[in-house]
Amino acid sequence: MLDLLWLIPTLPLAGFAALVLLRPGKRTAAVLGVGSVGLSALLSAWAALTFFVSPPPGHAYTETLWTWMSVAGFSPKVALRLDALSLLMVLVVTFVGFLIHLYSAEFMRDDEGYGRFFAYMNLFVSSMLILVLAADLLLLYLGWEGVGLCSYLLIGFWYEDPANGRAARKAFVVTRIGDTAMAVALFLLITHLGTLDIQELMERAAAQWPPGSGLAVAVALLLLGGALGKSAQLPLQTWLPDAMAGPTPVSALIHAATMVTAGVYLIARTNVLFAIAPPAQLAVAVIGALTLLVAGFSALTQWDIKRVLAYSTISQIGYMFLALGVGAWSAAIFHFITHAFFKALLFLAAGAVIQALHEEHSIFKMGGLRHELPVTFWTFLIGAGSLSALPLVTAGFYSKDLILSRAWSLPAGSPWLWAAGLIGAFITSLYAFRVVFVAFFGPSRGLVRRRPGPGITIPLVVLAFLSVTGGWLNTPPFLGNVQLLSRFLETTLPTSTHEAGGGTGELALEGAAAAVSLLGLGLAYLLFLRRRRYAERLAGTAIGGILGHFWFSGWGFDWCYDTLLVQPYLWLARTGKDDVIDLFYRAVAWLSRVFSSGLSLTENGRVRWYAAGLALGAAIVFAVVVWS
Amino acid sequence: MNTLFYLSGAVAVVATVMVIISLNAVHALLYLIVSLLSVALIFFTVGAPFAAALEVIIYAGAIMVLFVFVIMMLNLGPQTARTERQWLNLRAWWGPGLLGLALLLELIYLLGGRGDHPVAAAGVGPKEVGITLFGPYLLGVELASFLLLAGLVGAYHLGRRDD
Amino acid sequence: MASVPMTHGLVLAAILFSVGLLGVLIRRNIIFMLLSVEIMLNAAGLAFVVAGARWGQADGQVMFLFILAMAAAEVSVGLALVLQLNHQFKTLDTDAASTMRG
Repeated sequence: MLDLLWLIPTLPLAGFAALVLLRPGKRTAAVLGVGSVGLSALLSAWAALTFFVSPPPGHAYTETLWTWMSVAGFSPKVALRLDALSLLMVLVVTFVGFLIHLYSAEFMRDDEGYGRFFAYMNLFVSSMLILVLAADLLLLYLGWEGVGLCSYLLIGFWYEDPANGRAARKAFVVTRIGDTAMAVALFLLITHLGTLDIQELMERAAAQWPPGSGLAVAVALLLLGGALGKSAQLPLQTWLPDAMAGPTPVSALIHAATMVTAGVYLIARTNVLFAIAPPAQLAVAVIGALTLLVAGFSALTQWDIKRVLAYSTISQIGYMFLALGVGAWSAAIFHFITHAFFKALLFLAAGAVIQALHEEHSIFKMGGLRHELPVTFWTFLIGAGSLSALPLVTAGFYSKDLILSRAWSLPAGSPWLWAAGLIGAFITSLYAFRVVFVAFFGPSRGLVRRRPGPGITIPLVVLAFLSVTGGWLNTPPFLGNVQLLSRFLETTLPTSTHEAGGGTGELALEGAAAAVSLLGLGLAYLLFLRRRRYAERLAGTAIGGILGHFWFSGWGFDWCYDTLLVQPYLWLARTGKDDVIDLFYRAVAWLSRVFSSGLSLTENGRVRWYAAGLALGAAIVFAVVVWS
Repeated sequence: MNTLFYLSGAVAVVATVMVIISLNAVHALLYLIVSLLSVALIFFTVGAPFAAALEVIIYAGAIMVLFVFVIMMLNLGPQTARTERQWLNLRAWWGPGLLGLALLLELIYLLGGRGDHPVAAAGVGPKEVGITLFGPYLLGVELASFLLLAGLVGAYHLGRRDD
Repeated sequence: MASVPMTHGLVLAAILFSVGLLGVLIRRNIIFMLLSVEIMLNAAGLAFVVAGARWGQADGQVMFLFILAMAAAEVSVGLALVLQLNHQFKTLDTDAASTMRG
């Protein structure tokens, strides 16, 4: 059955083509759009079943479709590889994607660009699947660019508002910087190793480049640059909060569950390259730790519910980078899976709230929604709990605490990284429950216009269920010692030593993490439910005001980039507008205008002029005949 | 006979020049008729009596009479002569004059050096013309009748008043 | 019959033709322009007849007949147009009918 692997990315692509060429009505568009991703999800489930029941040799199945090109000894192939890592990614992308498509079928019902929306979403899912299944870095880059394009198209979906176009362009330009770094890395790999096939690449790199060599570090850092752009980490994180200008299902799919994790996937896939470049791996961990703190503090001050979730995404991906950086590969993937569930859930629930309140985004204008939108409230609560890693009952607890314990115990980890992660967990719990208490508790304002229907609530309930049970894929030794996920991923990703921790050390770590998340919940309860005035007074103090402002603006990154990069560039473009080369083009235009006005003199509508023209022509012809 | 040819030629040229510089339409018309008659005489001298007869009957007789009718319909009065004088100033002459002169010189250069072959001794009579018309040029005759029918219908339609 | 060289006849036709051309280019009144066109047609017919007489064939006169037929048709249509022009623009000035300008 596995030879039908190529159908998994092709079905959504066919859906895209059908939606673009046939331009069907709303009902058919929904069926095509949701159905293609649904079929893909079914196929991936079937592939997963086949993979578990009768695994292929080496726990990896490669299907080569054709050779892309063959030039000077470089012949990349269009080949798909199914192993533990890509199978998990495919399952998450198709399944969560399917739920989000189902949600959008009802959510976007009143929008005029319904068919266009599903076309773009299908193209996105197809590109993401190509990215994830690619066995060759060139094909991965194709998927990489594809998702970048779809992100641009979908952020600027409501193109009539120029602000949306600006946000889309900002996203595209910032990720482009990362993409360029990645392209340079690909060029270096081609010239020095001669291939971009991932498995061959890693073998040759391990054989030819000694650990810590300049070339290995350069390539790894450049690949990291690409990952930073797509995953919105420091310093390329500024685009993600503005990307919330797109429709909520877009934010859920692209900017929470799938595209922004492409960077995590890339680093996990090319783990050998990072393993032989320890400085680069350290950089991954440090960037992850810094980002999770920066974004966490920024999330604390936002009033737009989607922006809180956007900064939260940046912060959680920081956790994944932290895990990758210390060598806890399966922990990173575990957190990716649980994060996909609860973040998509949070975004979809937020979308339901926004739509129910007729496009109100500010949490301070909401209140008491737990009575008016019960299903949404409970699912959002579960999502927020999972995000905060509330102990034992939520999936987030298991994945985040795996990361934290690995950050402490692995040789590449350090107490500083663990401390950063711990503080981040506290802040996460604080801002998550801030939103819950401010928006859903408190006196009701009677603002709900319409309740969400089954198309919205069913995906919410399914995702909520997964946000609770998804954590049971991997539990710590003293809580059942389920090792399903790490055993499965061992077939592809390198096992880190100290995988089997256990003992009091681990118990203490887990306890600290649990305590911290409960502490955050408690503080949020105090500040935002009980004594609201206390929080307001804190914000009203001088230092509170300054810090609040600083954190709200994303630690001033936008202002920094604007002053250092954007304004000088614009000034340069303005002053260079009327230069010498421009003069040449204007002269061409001027010349054609002169000729035009000259020639229009001969067309004055007078018969005698025309007759004179005839006679003149005859005279000239005769003259030519006479004198030749 | 030769002198007759050259004399009629001179009359034709003078009359034609008078046509294009006269201010009164009827005068111009009459000058043109004189020119046509002298051309008919030229036809006689070169031995084409049929052409001469046709020239007089059709050209000078029918076409010019058509012009006379239209001029009378248009009722061009003395103020037309005034506007003509206004339009026909000396400045208007130099451009077309130059062009016409250049064209004439070129034509003379091209046509002049053809050798001094005289016209044939015996003329070409109507009988021969008739035989040629009904022989090789039969198709042309039919086409000419099409043309005249088209001209008739066109002139009728265009000349109609829309009220 | 006269023994005039053909060249002289052709030159005469050329002179008449240029005079007619001059008339077309200079006069603004449409009646005069039509008259000048008739002059040009007549000159062309003269050239044909003289050339036909030089070879002693009837073809020249046959061409002249066709030119005559064409001139008749053209004059009738042209004069009908003159009447329309006069009715539309209330003048016989050809420069008045210049709305098809660039």
